[in-house]
Amino acid sequence: MENSVSIAATFEIEYLQYLDATGKLVRDDLPAFARDTRQLVKLYQEMVMARVFDAKAIALQRTGKLGTYAPCLGHEATYMAIGSAMQEDDSFACSYREYGAQFHRGVKPRELLMYWGGDERGNDFSGPAHDFAWCVPIGTQCLHAAGSALAFKIRKEPRVAVCTIGDGGSSKADFNSALNVAGAMTLPLVAVIVNNQWAISVPRSSQTGAKTLAQKGIAAGLECIQVDGNDLLAMRAAMDHALKRARNGHGAMVIEAVTYRLSDHTTADDARRYRPEAEVKEAWDREPLRRLKAYLVSLNAWNEEDEVELKERCAKYVDAEVNAYLETRSQPVEAMFDYTYAELPDDLKTQRSEALFWDKPH
Amino acid sequence: MAQITLIEAVTQALAWEMQHDPSVVVLGEDVGVNGGVFRATQGLIEKFGADRVIDTPLDETTIAGITVGLAAQGMKPVAEAQFEGFIYAMLEQIICHAARMRNRTRGRITMPAVWRAPWGGGIRAPEHHSEANEALFTNVPGLRVVLPSSPARAYGLLLASIRDPDPVIFFEPKRIYRQYKEEVPDDGEALPLDVCFVLRDGSDVTLVTWGAQVKETLEAADVLAEQGISAEVIDVATLKPLDFDTIHESVRKTGRCVIVHEAPRTAGFGAEIAARLAEHALYDLAAPVQRVTGYDTHIPLFRLEMKYLPSVEKIVAAAKRTMEVS
Ligand SMILES: Cc1ncc(C[n+]2csc(CCOP(=O)(O)OP(=O)(O)O)c2C)c(N)n1
Ligand SMILES: [Mg+2]
Repeated sequence: MENSVSIAATFEIEYLQYLDATGKLVRDDLPAFARDTRQLVKLYQEMVMARVFDAKAIALQRTGKLGTYAPCLGHEATYMAIGSAMQEDDSFACSYREYGAQFHRGVKPRELLMYWGGDERGNDFSGPAHDFAWCVPIGTQCLHAAGSALAFKIRKEPRVAVCTIGDGGSSKADFNSALNVAGAMTLPLVAVIVNNQWAISVPRSSQTGAKTLAQKGIAAGLECIQVDGNDLLAMRAAMDHALKRARNGHGAMVIEAVTYRLSDHTTADDARRYRPEAEVKEAWDREPLRRLKAYLVSLNAWNEEDEVELKERCAKYVDAEVNAYLETRSQPVEAMFDYTYAELPDDLKTQRSEALFWDKPH
Repeated sequence: MAQITLIEAVTQALAWEMQHDPSVVVLGEDVGVNGGVFRATQGLIEKFGADRVIDTPLDETTIAGITVGLAAQGMKPVAEAQFEGFIYAMLEQIICHAARMRNRTRGRITMPAVWRAPWGGGIRAPEHHSEANEALFTNVPGLRVVLPSSPARAYGLLLASIRDPDPVIFFEPKRIYRQYKEEVPDDGEALPLDVCFVLRDGSDVTLVTWGAQVKETLEAADVLAEQGISAEVIDVATLKPLDFDTIHESVRKTGRCVIVHEAPRTAGFGAEIAARLAEHALYDLAAPVQRVTGYDTHIPLFRLEMKYLPSVEKIVAAAKRTMEVS
């Protein structure tokens, strides 16, 4: 008898890229949205805005006007693709640096500054009320997205829950549980792994023995893809596809966005302690803004004058937001009590009076 | 002899014990090349290698669970939660396994493991980085809960915690990580666990505290002294198992007690001390026991956090309230 090998399952992970690092198209099957050049210009402008904001926020922290801040430098294309592909009634569960996506959904820079500036009112941001607040405990938001997706499914609403997670966070139990339940229940979920190669000082290679992070969804029965996360076109195409599938009842998808954290982890971190400068320098060659700009210039949709004018406009807008933040007075001391329960229990009223007493000068 | 800070004392204790006991390993997020986000493990990977200073994948369940496995096989793991606010995913492994392993196996398997974490508020940190959650652990049978408040006690108590045959939660008050330096001989001398430290003798009122609040409490004792009130200050240091005798002895002398902690008041560890005083020291007390604590709210983000935490002013006022009754 011959011993034949039978294969129980096989899988492969596709890698998607439209624009190479220099801004040249590497495929000719341009998706529909990408043929709308005016729309692309708009997204480019928003990406530049996110970067201008980022630099300003770091400067604020350095001068003692902001607490610890997690920059988004280098992630602009990934976040812009997520924010622009989602519908307003979809729900977004982010971690803590997805600013471009959130600005697109209506969150104001001043609110973001309030959060990093130590004021809870930042979490009560503009933009969709069904979006989750920033989520510092790594990975926990992924299950919130799965639960949101389940709510949409139960109520038969054509809505999708989107969560983002880092390369480090993809090791977390919560993330893997979210994929598992999404596969088990065919949930309308899109999980984007923002693989920026580092989890503070720990490199991607120390997180898992798997070749890609995208394939973590395979075991859960999900469709998975790896995308050049610095390429707005590819990221947006992948998001559009994933959202459409999920919205039509075909279940969850995992997108691994391959990008790079060009900054320190946060303003409290010094990346020179653990990562070679040469690696960062090389990563700058692949950064997302330059290639999109080159592409738009090649289409005659953008030029240097536009760029100068845009930067001025961004600086003005960001300055106005920063001023609004700086002018916001602290909450009164009783604010720490007033949102603890729907109605303040008597037991807490005593403590609230105590706090008010101590707040007066003695 | 070098003067060192509390965080440097942590590093010094880890290095001493790793040098002298090959079964000690350190594991956690960013503990390797980066030396920990507060630098508690700085220089250890260079000295002891990546086999013993282990950067784990980013998952607290992993860290806590493999710590149980390591300890079961005769290693002495010292696991780090990067902040006390990220220890929650470790709870199942700590509570269901580490804390009860000795009991449920009738001593066949033991857990000589330590879980370290920077602890407490007051450093203008982001959300979830400022918790005082020690009372979650003091309610768990089988655990030791240790909270040093000086460089020397951090060194001696961490050595004792690593050497202890049972699981220890070792919280480090991050607000005073670099507050001051003192001479800490690197001689491998452990301090006793399960013992309170009397930091200042006094005769009128006993101030009981732990962690970073030791600073404000000692300052309050100075203020009280200026007003003619003699305060004894006790650093509990090991919350569980509690050395109630030292506290009781002091209260027998002073007849008054103020308990200070930054955790929320209800079911905070101060409640346990107050309950024991009610059980065992009621007739020694000249005045009701007072607590100066965080409120029963979430510690606010940093714009308001100092209004949440106990202060010298609040401690002094509480002590004076006990003096009003005679
Ligand atoms: C549960 C939990 N553990 C630890 C931390 C501390 N921490 C904050 S960010 C971070 C690294 C995250 O890396 P990654 O998931 O790759 O996301 P990135 O910051 O690179 O976007 C760590 C360990 C945390 N916030 N939450
Ligand atoms: Mg990362």
